[in-house]
Amino acid sequence: MPDYLLRIRRYDPDSGKTAYWDEHTVTLNPRNSVLDAILKVRNEVDGSVGIRCSCQQAICGSCGVRMNGRPGLACNTHLEVAAARGGGAQSTVPQTDGEGPAGVIEVEPMGNMPVIRDLIVDMDAVHWKKIQRVTPYLINRKPVPEREYIVPHENMVDITQTMACIQCGACVSDCLSMEVDPLFVGPAALAKTYRFVGDPRDDQHEQRLRDLSEDPHGIYDCTHCFNCIDACPKEVAPMSQIMRLRRRAGSDHKIVDSNNGHRHEDAFVTLVRDYGLLNEAELLPRSYGGNSWFGKFHPAAGKELLSSLPTVITGVLRGKVSPKIAMFGHKLPGGDLAAIKKLYKKIESRPQRLELNLYISGYEDDPEPAAVAAGSSGEAPQAESSASESESS
Amino acid sequence: MKVAYWPGCVSRGFTPELHGSMAKVAPLLGIELIQLDRGACCGAGVIAEHSQELADTLNARTFALAQQTDGELMMNICSTCQGAQSECQERLDANSDYRAKINETLADEGLHYEKGLTNKNLLWLLVEEIGLDTLRSKVRRPLTGLKVGPFYGCYIIRPVHRLGIDSEHPRDRYMQMVIEALGGTVIDYAGVHKCCGFPIITMNKQASLKMAGRHIGDALDADADCLVVPCPLCHLNLDLQQPGAAKVVGRELGLPVLHLPQLLGLALGLDPKDLGMSKHVVRPTSVIDWSASVVAGAAA
Repeated sequence: MPDYLLRIRRYDPDSGKTAYWDEHTVTLNPRNSVLDAILKVRNEVDGSVGIRCSCQQAICGSCGVRMNGRPGLACNTHLEVAAARGGGAQSTVPQTDGEGPAGVIEVEPMGNMPVIRDLIVDMDAVHWKKIQRVTPYLINRKPVPEREYIVPHENMVDITQTMACIQCGACVSDCLSMEVDPLFVGPAALAKTYRFVGDPRDDQHEQRLRDLSEDPHGIYDCTHCFNCIDACPKEVAPMSQIMRLRRRAGSDHKIVDSNNGHRHEDAFVTLVRDYGLLNEAELLPRSYGGNSWFGKFHPAAGKELLSSLPTVITGVLRGKVSPKIAMFGHKLPGGDLAAIKKLYKKIESRPQRLELNLYISGYEDDPEPAAVAAGSSGEAPQAESSASESESS
Repeated sequence: MKVAYWPGCVSRGFTPELHGSMAKVAPLLGIELIQLDRGACCGAGVIAEHSQELADTLNARTFALAQQTDGELMMNICSTCQGAQSECQERLDANSDYRAKINETLADEGLHYEKGLTNKNLLWLLVEEIGLDTLRSKVRRPLTGLKVGPFYGCYIIRPVHRLGIDSEHPRDRYMQMVIEALGGTVIDYAGVHKCCGFPIITMNKQASLKMAGRHIGDALDADADCLVVPCPLCHLNLDLQQPGAAKVVGRELGLPVLHLPQLLGLALGLDPKDLGMSKHVVRPTSVIDWSASVVAGAAA
């Protein structure tokens, strides 16, 4: 069995010492988990290593840590996989060249949360507070039926992905929005929100969406960085759920928030319809002032545009933005533009949204269907009912 | 090699120096660009947020147009286009029923998307098609002494599976490999794989510029002369918005940010002005001075 150099980030707030790297060589099978290595050190060398763990089967969500710069569960990350990340994204560990240990694995506590000790972070201070923020339980429609609710199968399948969350906090750990805005509600809590917004038994869809659209740290504070998608050990894809919340809030409930979130989306979609290409000069004023050419004259737009004026003037002076592009934008040729408009009309007039979720449908070329696709594998793409339709049913 | 070239919107709008420098660099790299002038905006993830079908159809249309050319593959010069298009292509390629429905809409124009298009960002094409050895052999003016911080942009590195990043294709290390092949020195800093903040500039300007400002500050602290980006949207937040970002993070910044084709162009011997480097908000003086001195040295 090969040797791995395990570097554990240690910190004890009561010790009066700063955090440090604690190095141990562990001899284990490459298919053993990082948690196996940590527990081996704790059981055989130093009983004071702090790690929270329980099931060791990727079910309880206790052992979230960062391994060579990436978050995940220590119990379902093989040593060889963690070691191979050396030199990968966000890692500071150089790749080994065959000499010495089979791999170097740096284990750190998760990010965006205060460290209690060693690898144990304060989930209550951040993760659970944010989960509580979104009212994480079903609010029954009234009157409650005498017998069980009959929920359409497709509705339950739709929220299956969010129900897979085991609350490990890996997505919170590496959320780049939260890194600069600690008040951001965050990926785990927003994925949890979709679990109820997608559930027809819940009575508060619109209220939930309005609340999180209006909160400046809500659904429009996500920066599309995809970190949570890569971090999640359960393929919940929190960022995709946030985008679905935006779709429901903006397209179905027409919620126009004070953070310019929906106006921005609306303006973007309209500009591509009308120009074929993105007209950046129009996007900004419309995002602030409303989705028409007159948006720029709205007081809200005026204030924002005034503050952006130095940036715009510098851009024009440097020739970065030509006056023609700044004034009129760029357009596709007439024939193509007409085709784009026709395509928009056809899609936007559909009574039901056509949406394919690969988590549910799986990939045709996969030798084995996706785990969750058992009930729906091979089915045609689902037409997602709009919230207004599903709510009226 | 011939490629169906997708320049994206921003490279023809607010960062014209990107499109311009790509056109200058392509012949030196042996790339023949067949420009896809009829394609629509990729949607940058925002149209998909509104309607997945709409985003997938717009991109399938661009893919179909690319497949009508005799290009060996489709090439883009924008991380965001790469990510948004890869996401749509993943769905289109995964499910034939879904693909058929999208193609039904395209049929109105006589277009059809055939599963399996290869769509690569210039960065991927450099390493995987042209090759680092060939790239090295084309360098006329090595970037000796130039300390370059790579900045990828989220859409080209995540999610790793969708973007085909694995041990055989370490696409999240390609920028470092290219900088080294051009003779430059790679600067490692905390922001290499982080977000520039552009997607939330209209929703949370403070957070957006804090991201940009932090990364620039970290790169400066690591002694970088400049950053290089394969994404024009990152360029907007890191260069155009840099004065604002400096105010938000409360420190002087002033770090030049180059587009990938500009960095290539410098090493391939092109004049900085021809590469549109005078159009940047943060004047790349350090890079131009360096460039001129090396040219003088080579001439002597």
